[in-house]
Amino acid sequence: MKHAFIPRASVTAALAMLVLLFVCAQCSAQFTPSTGPGSTSLIPQAQLIQPEELIHLLQATGTGKPLLLQVGSHLLFDEAHITGSVYAGAGSQPSGLQQLQSMVASFSKKKFIVLYCGCCPWNRCPNLGPAFKQLHDMGFSNVKVLYLANNLGTDWVAKGYPVERSH
Amino acid sequence: MNAVTSQRTARKTAPGPEAGHARSFAFRRLALTLLLVAACLAAGGTHDTYAATSLVHKRAPEFVRTDLGHKRLDLNAYRGKVVLLDFWATWCAPCQVEMPSFVDWQKKYGPRGLQVIGISLDDDPVLVRSLVGKLKLNYPVAMGDVKLGDLYGGVLGLPVTYLIDRHGMIQAEFQGEADLGKIERQMQSLLSGR
Repeated sequence: MKHAFIPRASVTAALAMLVLLFVCAQCSAQFTPSTGPGSTSLIPQAQLIQPEELIHLLQATGTGKPLLLQVGSHLLFDEAHITGSVYAGAGSQPSGLQQLQSMVASFSKKKFIVLYCGCCPWNRCPNLGPAFKQLHDMGFSNVKVLYLANNLGTDWVAKGYPVERSH
Repeated sequence: MNAVTSQRTARKTAPGPEAGHARSFAFRRLALTLLLVAACLAAGGTHDTYAATSLVHKRAPEFVRTDLGHKRLDLNAYRGKVVLLDFWATWCAPCQVEMPSFVDWQKKYGPRGLQVIGISLDDDPVLVRSLVGKLKLNYPVAMGDVKLGDLYGGVLGLPVTYLIDRHGMIQAEFQGEADLGKIERQMQSLLSGR
């Protein structure tokens, strides 16, 4: 019984290409924020900060440390939040935006602020977009938003990054 | 690299049909290695979730709460049924995508022994009551808290759904925007006792 001849080099190259394509797809899924109907699509890409970058900033000594604000669920904040962060109200609620406004009112508009939530997958978060807009509208010019692809548990806590609980 | 070396050795030392078999074997080994590498990358690239590996095949942590209808909600009382335990919140968009299916499943599979239970991680029960009415939820919903979140390994992102078998063992966890078809298939399997 005869078999059709397929050059082995071609098959190997095709397999290698498949692996390469797969790796590229994985990298892109991991580091490129999704776009979608969530409020995060309003946040410019340049204003995002990755967890690893934030870790470096938090470990640095001196004045480079940002004011870290959680703008999501209070209950989730009580369960676990990034060490040193402060609860600033849910960005999806008018009362939450009011709380955020009061919290930052006395700060210089150049204050370095990092917002985060991590309640839901990034492109579904209802809190970050309105909170970012609120600060932007108030004139804050140095605001970054922490990019958590899945949620705080997966993209921060499970990686062993520092967290604390409310008492 | 080993596979390539063996292939070359086979070419030099074993001419004839045996050489063909050796080359074919080496080639298959190389292809298999590449496929294994791809599989490992697939596993590593999957977004493992915080709660994803923590509770499967363990006994579901027991809890007692009062639901929004002021009735006692005791997980232990549902032993003998398949329980779909859903952690959700009103601000969680993917949660609300799933919930109409849970309503349908409660209706469809309830007579076969399914019980859906919702735990809201909202801060404000007023918002929860309003959405429960709007979505016409036909299963009990109670407010969650830090203690309940801790019991389930730290619920630090929503939605999170657990499938608990008739013996009270967690058989599956789904976090984030889950594949509803997959949840339903696993649930059907548990209902069939397989």
